[in-house]
Amino acid sequence: MTENQNVSFHLYDEQPKRFIYEMRPEKEIAISTHDMQVYYGDKLALDDADLSFERFKITSLIGASGSGKSTFLRSLNRMNDDVATVKGQIMYRGLDINFKDIDVYEMRRHIGMVFQRPNPFAKSIRENITFALKQHGITDKAYLDEMVEHSLRQAALWDEVKDSLDASALSLSGGQAQRLVIARAIAMKPDILLLDEPASALDPISSAKIEDTLLELKKHYTIIIVTHNMQQAARISDYTAFFHMGRVLEYNETRKIFTRPKVQLTIDYVNGNFG
Amino acid sequence: MRRMFDEELADLDTSFKEMGLLVSETLEQSVQAFLDHDRQKAQEIIDDDKAINHREIAIEKKTFEMIALYQPVTTDLREIVTILKAVSVLERIGDNARNIAISTIHMKGNKRVANIEEKIGQTGTMVANMVNRVLDFYVNDDIQGAESMEGEVDQVTQDTTDIRGMAISVMEKDPDIVTAATDYIVVAGYIKRTADYVTDIAEWLIYKRTGKIVELNPGTSSYL
Repeated sequence: MTENQNVSFHLYDEQPKRFIYEMRPEKEIAISTHDMQVYYGDKLALDDADLSFERFKITSLIGASGSGKSTFLRSLNRMNDDVATVKGQIMYRGLDINFKDIDVYEMRRHIGMVFQRPNPFAKSIRENITFALKQHGITDKAYLDEMVEHSLRQAALWDEVKDSLDASALSLSGGQAQRLVIARAIAMKPDILLLDEPASALDPISSAKIEDTLLELKKHYTIIIVTHNMQQAARISDYTAFFHMGRVLEYNETRKIFTRPKVQLTIDYVNGNFG
Repeated sequence: MRRMFDEELADLDTSFKEMGLLVSETLEQSVQAFLDHDRQKAQEIIDDDKAINHREIAIEKKTFEMIALYQPVTTDLREIVTILKAVSVLERIGDNARNIAISTIHMKGNKRVANIEEKIGQTGTMVANMVNRVLDFYVNDDIQGAESMEGEVDQVTQDTTDIRGMAISVMEKDPDIVTAATDYIVVAGYIKRTADYVTDIAEWLIYKRTGKIVELNPGTSSYL
């Protein structure tokens, strides 16, 4: 093969062609970023991120490791404050939540996060749900009980744990623990749920249950999910954003990303023909 | 567990059945218009063929999307593949209905032969019934029904071969009939092709349920 025949995506890596979806004005936007840049020290990890997320939809962020997708997700509810400098605006309900004086803890009640590895507290299943509520001064037992049932039902875990609410959360399987963590997040009645590879540490059946739960949850919440599993992104999300080397190269409806993406790098990535 | 795939597949299946209904109605009307020498109806059928083609494109697009998004395997894959293959067959049946309509218009003012037209009418009606039946088998997921269609084309082949023979013999006697009789042969060909397509659908139906690709129409002999 001559050098000229070796035409693949890396030849135009320097300035790859970008395609960013313009969310139509009639769509209701839950959260949006404007000119977002994230620096780890001097290193620019994410540049030029302008994304709007439609309310009550699931948006997947896909891309290789180091592409900036998790950095982006964590910046959305200020998880990166201690480790990175996040520039630009993050608009939520008309408020720039990237502004330094924002009450981050209050903001996180509205924008919850679920991590890759299930991290239930070493407490009972019930207390995992009620802990944060109690921290916020809620003591009414009837209300707390109601929230325990409501959250566990929404996370599709209630039927499996309703008879053992006082058992340790650490006794749950990985998939159950992850659904408990989701229940814990939604007990705070957030608007937006951020999930960082929530199913990647789970077996296929547990993973399918999480996906099913997310499809149910999107009736009430806006969901943004980082996933390495492209089939998962394809199956459950309404929109998909493709991150590459710290930039968003393509953002569109999922069915378009997976049938006729516009950017060659996206085609290579979703084809599994990357690098 | 509820899957998005199942919901979308159910929608796709409904679209396919609706298209099937439309195509079978069109074929019946087209045969009838030919017998009635109803050029106006024939023109309507020609104009409406686009609607069938658009349905085919929409269904194909949806199947491509579902394959890309859900990467179906085993029974899911077969359901999708069956619709993808059968929808093209349906569209071709629609094309044959349109072609018969074109012949109906083309025959304007020509001399006719009543007994040949009667034979075409009988054969056309028989094939239109086959289309209806195979779609019923599809709707009811009736494999035995689909398998029972094996060999049914033979009768159609026989009939259309007869039509050809009849047409040739009248042409030999009367040159004025050549234009009309040529169209009889052509229409008989469309009817024969349609019957072949019916067995194709039956074969895909069997594939969907069993995973086996079978041949219900060995295609032994046909002049058309």
